[in-house]
Amino acid sequence: MKSETIKVNYLARVEGEGGLYVKIKDNAVSEVKLKIFEPPRFFEAFLRGRHFSEAPDLTSRICGICPVAYQMSAVHALEDAFGLTVSGPLRALRRLIYCGEWLESHALHVFMLHAPDFLGYADALRMAQDHPEMVKLGLKLKKVGNDLVTFLGGREIHPINVRVGGFYRVPAKQELATLKERLKWALDAALKTVRWVAALPFPEYEPDYEFVALSHPQEYPLNDGRLKSSRGLDIAIRDYEGHFVEEQVPYSHALHSTLKARGPYLVGPLARYNLNFARLSLLAQEAARSAGLTHECRNPFKSIIVRSVEMLQVIDEALAIIEAYEMPDQPAVPVTPRAGAGCGITEAPRGILFHRYRLDDQGMILEAKIVPPTAQNQKSMESDLHHYVGQNLALPRERLTWQCEQLIRNYDPCISCATHFLRLEVER
Amino acid sequence: MAQARKPKLAVFKFASCDGCQLSLLDLEEELLTIAGELQIAYFVEASKAAVRGPYDLTLVDGSITTSHDAARIKKVRRASKFLVALGACATAGGIQALRNFKDVQEFRATVYPRPEVIKALDKSTPIAAHVQVDFELRGCPISKAQLLEVITAFLKEQSPVLPHHSVCLECKLKGNICVLVARGLPCLGPVTHAGCGAICPTYQRGCYSCFGPKETPNTASLSERLSRLGVTEANLVRAFRTFYAGAEPFRRESEAHEK
Repeated sequence: MKSETIKVNYLARVEGEGGLYVKIKDNAVSEVKLKIFEPPRFFEAFLRGRHFSEAPDLTSRICGICPVAYQMSAVHALEDAFGLTVSGPLRALRRLIYCGEWLESHALHVFMLHAPDFLGYADALRMAQDHPEMVKLGLKLKKVGNDLVTFLGGREIHPINVRVGGFYRVPAKQELATLKERLKWALDAALKTVRWVAALPFPEYEPDYEFVALSHPQEYPLNDGRLKSSRGLDIAIRDYEGHFVEEQVPYSHALHSTLKARGPYLVGPLARYNLNFARLSLLAQEAARSAGLTHECRNPFKSIIVRSVEMLQVIDEALAIIEAYEMPDQPAVPVTPRAGAGCGITEAPRGILFHRYRLDDQGMILEAKIVPPTAQNQKSMESDLHHYVGQNLALPRERLTWQCEQLIRNYDPCISCATHFLRLEVER
Repeated sequence: MAQARKPKLAVFKFASCDGCQLSLLDLEEELLTIAGELQIAYFVEASKAAVRGPYDLTLVDGSITTSHDAARIKKVRRASKFLVALGACATAGGIQALRNFKDVQEFRATVYPRPEVIKALDKSTPIAAHVQVDFELRGCPISKAQLLEVITAFLKEQSPVLPHHSVCLECKLKGNICVLVARGLPCLGPVTHAGCGAICPTYQRGCYSCFGPKETPNTASLSERLSRLGVTEANLVRAFRTFYAGAEPFRRESEAHEK
């Protein structure tokens, strides 16, 4: 009996601390663990006893990469609890700041974290020695995303302008117009990016995932819609907990999520793309087709193309929002707290982010629950490792280990978020 | 003449949101220049390549919350010539220092179904509580312009030039109308360390002190002023108990308003 392990003690080019472990016994994969040793920070515990108005700023500190996602899910959940709907230009500005976050987060992942895997570099700075133009273009795209977040939110990390009901300050139309030139440049740059990533070498691998994402009749999903899956799930956001469960495993600080009676599922760019291709702008659809994609894409390595298409989508959408914007009379809708509970799901760059709050009549938080996208994808990541390693045992060990890391990076995991969430050791 | 060896830069992460080390990658226009001046020797979030220490400049993001990390920071210190603590977590314990006021057993039970397998210390503490720190950079998150100043000063072998005054002065320099005086909005600007550029007042809200206490803050006087605006004792406790809850002046002030 021969046993061997593949271990990566400390996964690089992911946000936060995780490792991977795959055990191979008698030429078959016997055990897979995605280990998350990022220390827990207990957000759900210290949110109790805080005022609802603090939730967007407090929860944004779960993640420095996608703080806007936390702010968006928090405000939607709290507005649900208070029976409040934010519409018109305030809703459009929320989409706009979210477009900025998707752009900076996707550009960071595509150029700095993911592309070096395909081209065989340890990092983007080394890649820049041979591909200076694309790395510079990537950094500039990322900056346009950050500019958008900073413009609306005050700063790129932990923006300060989002509140329940809307914003503290809203821009005048002519202020917003100053962003147009940069976004027009970014549109061309994103088209170039789609062409560039389409030419990368992709391993053959197409698992049968159940995709889960928000779906909206008119929009590519950001912060509104019903929760749908590729196998027929179609529920209101409020019914999330009736269909999904979280469980704890001893080797991870992140709780694992599963679909009740069905098992692992996948959230993020691939899920959104497969469930919402028709909602992409014509420009984004056309770019996807010219990159060789159809309305379906199951190869997780190709998520780099989908992220690039999504960059194009949000730039296109940001330009449309700026064009149509009229400054609202008030920066926020007045909020009257009431006792009760509310749920919110929005599409973080990495996938759906669930928040639920229970509040008293003064608006004090009695209970909080947060389910980040990376926690939801852990089971699919483990399942990918299991299947991919099983199919590729003949590969040289060094190459297989690298591809195991790449499998995890395909997800753009955010371990800081998931802790209550990543370390992957592969045992052979 | 042989080219001088490039100084080695290392970035280490402890309990945090990753935002402060991300600030380095957010220096989009300067990143390639920085990589030209410094060898990025250890930066797991950005690179698979890891070069052994000793490191000339070490940036540390995050607070110490586990016994494993308490031992790891000592190793990091031994491998580092000049160590900079980045942000609220590394300089004051961060938002996770809210546990310092509560029972951690109960916290674990709130978040995790099987709390016994989670290893966490009962306090979240700053880097300086464990090892000598050569420079502290404030903020939740840090200002990337200030990070650039620290790196530039290091390369030029100078001290970084950073302001020590309060957010109030930044507001005045910006020409903002005082949100506390003119609009009666509770604002922690008078006791808060400068560095953010007074963004909250600029966006029509009071400062919530994500850069923590300035030198010699008169928190009691500010509390009295806020009370006159109708801020309750319970709200004062919460106001001083956020991202710099673990900083001594804010800890004391928050406890003074707890029954």
